[in-house]
Amino acid sequence: MSKEGVIYRISGPVVTATGMSAGMYDVVRVGNEGLMGEVIELHGDKAVIQVYEDTSGIRPGEPVINTGETLSVSLGPGLLTQIYDGIQRPLPTLEEVMGVFITRGVDADAFDLEKKWTFEAVMEKGAAVEGGQVIGHVQETETIVHKIMVPPTMSGVIKNIKSGDFNVTETVCTLEDGSEIQMMQKWPVRTPRPYRQKYAPDTPLITGMRILDFLFPLAKGGAAGIPGPFGSGKTVTQQSLAKYSDAQIVVYIGCGERGNEMTEVLDEFPHLIDPNTGKPLMNRTVMIANTSNMPVAAREASVYTGITIAEYFRDMGYDVALMADSTSRWAEAMREISSRLEEMPGEEGYPAYLSSRIAEFYERAGRVETKNGDDGSVTVIGAVSPPGGDISEPVSQGTLRIVKVFWGLDAGLARQRHFPAINWLNSYSLYPQSLNQWFRDNIAQDFPEIRTQISGLLQIEAELQEIVQLVGSDALPVDQQLTLEVARMIREFFLQQNGFHDVDAYCDIHLQYSMSKAILSFQEAAKSAMAAGAQLNDVVNVPARTTLMRGRFEKGYIDTIDDMVKSMIDEIADTVEDN
Amino acid sequence: MTGKEYRTITDVKGPLVFLNKTEPVAFGEIVTIRLEDGSIKNGQVLDTSDDLVIVQVFEGTAKIDRTAGVTFMGDVFKLPVSKDLVGRILDGAGRPRDGGPDIVAEENADIIGAAINPFSRQSPHDFIQTGISAIDCCTTLVRGQKLPIFSASGLPHNDIALQIARQAKLKGSDEQFIVVFCAMGITAEEYNFFRSDLERTGALENAALFVNLADDPAVERIITPRLALTAAEYLAFEHDYHVLVIYTDMTNYCDALRQIGAAREEVPGRRGYPGYMYTDLAMLYERAGIVKGKKGSITQFPILTMPGDDITHPIPDLSGYITEGQIVISRELHQQGIYPPINVLPSLSRLMGSCIGADTTREDHKSVSDQMYAAYAQGRELRGLVAIVGEDALNERDKQLLDFSGVFEDRFLRQSRDEDRSIDETLDLCWELMSSIDTKYLVRLDQKWIEKYHPENKA
Repeated sequence: MSKEGVIYRISGPVVTATGMSAGMYDVVRVGNEGLMGEVIELHGDKAVIQVYEDTSGIRPGEPVINTGETLSVSLGPGLLTQIYDGIQRPLPTLEEVMGVFITRGVDADAFDLEKKWTFEAVMEKGAAVEGGQVIGHVQETETIVHKIMVPPTMSGVIKNIKSGDFNVTETVCTLEDGSEIQMMQKWPVRTPRPYRQKYAPDTPLITGMRILDFLFPLAKGGAAGIPGPFGSGKTVTQQSLAKYSDAQIVVYIGCGERGNEMTEVLDEFPHLIDPNTGKPLMNRTVMIANTSNMPVAAREASVYTGITIAEYFRDMGYDVALMADSTSRWAEAMREISSRLEEMPGEEGYPAYLSSRIAEFYERAGRVETKNGDDGSVTVIGAVSPPGGDISEPVSQGTLRIVKVFWGLDAGLARQRHFPAINWLNSYSLYPQSLNQWFRDNIAQDFPEIRTQISGLLQIEAELQEIVQLVGSDALPVDQQLTLEVARMIREFFLQQNGFHDVDAYCDIHLQYSMSKAILSFQEAAKSAMAAGAQLNDVVNVPARTTLMRGRFEKGYIDTIDDMVKSMIDEIADTVEDN
Repeated sequence: MTGKEYRTITDVKGPLVFLNKTEPVAFGEIVTIRLEDGSIKNGQVLDTSDDLVIVQVFEGTAKIDRTAGVTFMGDVFKLPVSKDLVGRILDGAGRPRDGGPDIVAEENADIIGAAINPFSRQSPHDFIQTGISAIDCCTTLVRGQKLPIFSASGLPHNDIALQIARQAKLKGSDEQFIVVFCAMGITAEEYNFFRSDLERTGALENAALFVNLADDPAVERIITPRLALTAAEYLAFEHDYHVLVIYTDMTNYCDALRQIGAAREEVPGRRGYPGYMYTDLAMLYERAGIVKGKKGSITQFPILTMPGDDITHPIPDLSGYITEGQIVISRELHQQGIYPPINVLPSLSRLMGSCIGADTTREDHKSVSDQMYAAYAQGRELRGLVAIVGEDALNERDKQLLDFSGVFEDRFLRQSRDEDRSIDETLDLCWELMSSIDTKYLVRLDQKWIEKYHPENKA
């Protein structure tokens, strides 16, 4: 058996080769054009290969060459601000080589191999190091220091290490055993990178979206699923998260989605400022774009490419957030390949291993102690696109079984132009228990209690609405009508948030707390005023309340909100005297 | 390899022909099959190996027997493209249907088409005025967008598509679109309707038609839209045209896809449609857009009829996940005699935000569109309540909103088939209609626009 075999069969993206020695997940070059593929099944002499590029025009008998490597990503300075396809080819490079249409048979380095970076050693000669330990720093972008680590498979005593300007393939450090360390390392995408131990998450990922941070918080190192039908705002939500969440590194995977949407992200991100650092967002972002019409096998790989890059930055001790939009397209890619392999299908034609693949993917999230002894995390937020919006389908169910946070998007809310269209009745987060302490220490002692009150009011509203549907709201007693008004305020003032508004798009967590308190202050003031004889209508229509509610679109709201609440309380108290 | 004829057919099943013992055949290669009576059928290789080749026959497999001669043409399917395609009518496989000469190729283009590098795309932002108020105001069309019409049988989607094709222009420009029309399995009657309308308005000279009718081979429908889009890409990116691609009916296309899947004994996805239908549809829809450094653009208007008016059916569902919004045609409005019966509530244009405003349409557009939508949505909801409790139980605000929903349908939506409203006319009409509601209830309108545009203040 040799490294080279011949093509026996071609069926869409699946090619079978014979006469080649191959192991599972070996990367191979297929046909005269050398298309990139990966071995996914072995049958005696035959190796079944999924090909990452279009296979039209390839014939049986053409050569297949096994590279002997598994599908890997290149990791090193130069990753940030890049935009890749599913197999880590930079799209700008592809444009240079192929023009605006993506043709095939072109290989491209993941980043500039010639560019010189200033390497600053933090270890000295004679130090004993093991895999994952940081040996030096590179200022990669204005905001991010790229830490150069010993590849996970190496360890030893440093024989030689030098600071200075190097490109990523030059040796910066030599170990006693002769092994050389460069700034670039490779890692197979389907294998999780190692760490010392996993911790329970205890810090929230602050996203600046009120409904998420306040009602359904996600922990750094946690996993969340966002299922929703088309038009319900999955992509807008994902993009808001990519823009405003307080992760230090963001990996955004556009997996099988619209080309124009990726273009929008590409146009927008370089001009957006990270609210946490004041620097362009692009500085902390890596993007992977494998749009719906790009080869399906590369779509399958894109998710792994993304999570491996995320883990690499985690190993430097960063908090990384990974958005995958949409995991359903990834699952469909698995289904398509599986059906070409003529595997026995599970539910709805998906392969039987669908749920274990989904679980394995989300399990790569987590807060860990890195090999270097630092604290790092990968938070995964996966969009799901259930057919017809029905989440009883296998991908949604497989996702919900593993994630701890469920942000359910709702077509009905989207139709009412209530954005973000996250349904507050069926969404959930299992993190509040572990995050409550953080909220108490950092925001306010009574934060968890306020949250309980707010979500309690929304529950009561749902029950009252059922009655209102039957008899109309006028038939309710006034105190219940007030509850409805308060709940409406929660919905319109607090839960609704304009992701495209300069100010409202990002809401500071302290401000979120003040806003929720403002709602409760209104409820309390209204209650006592009405007990003293004020009319509900007058109470609801005090001008100061409108001013308060409009205020969230103004800059500096956090400084003015308390005064606005005070004037509202005063005006509500005045409505008693009017009567 | 061309020229060698094989007589090694082993099986024929549905639209598929299986044959063995050939020399290496390329995946996707074009095939001709010569029958005993001398007639020729065309096909394409779907699966190839040393032992077995599967060919999908476009014209149907009737009369193919084991003695039929199969020739592999040595190349994948290519369409001869040329500027001369404009003004021509071709059949579903790209042959002249208008009695004219063959197309003299300036280039032979692979019909599968390559994906546009997302990095090379340019964000669409040029407003297209269709002259239809509901679309211009509420689901604004942008050049380079793919915006399907979700319709159902018995509704006037064809009229709407034609009206758009006739009237679509950039604001303040007379630049016309080239229309590439792609018919998939529609009836001869529908086709004649399209053709005569294009002829009547003189648009046929600026159009290229690819026609596969209901009695043409179903499998051919798989390639018809690919031909149309290949022509569109050539005209847009080589000859700087702005191309409007209308294809109808996507439902027939998907059914043909299902037919082939069934014949190949593939594991079906929902409702028997193949699991790869999303990817397959994306390969069509994603061929819309604008790319950096090219002047032309491709805007797509796919029409699909939702079986059983069901928007969760796989065809509209998967389409909705790929396209940039949708225009939904309502049976209810149609039955009320309103044309165009566009239900703006579930309709959406995802790119609208990038093309409206002071520089392109008018400064108050966003505000007006939000308010019109919100008021109509509330008015419609109240209709349900009125049916239970009666109109007298409504308060003043609700009464105004209820009345507004009627006016909205009657005056805003309704327009005649040749009425071409400019965006200014549309927005002015909105203000006129909204003035029937007390200003204090128009909470989504910016105060400064009320001062500037409200009829009360204008007069």
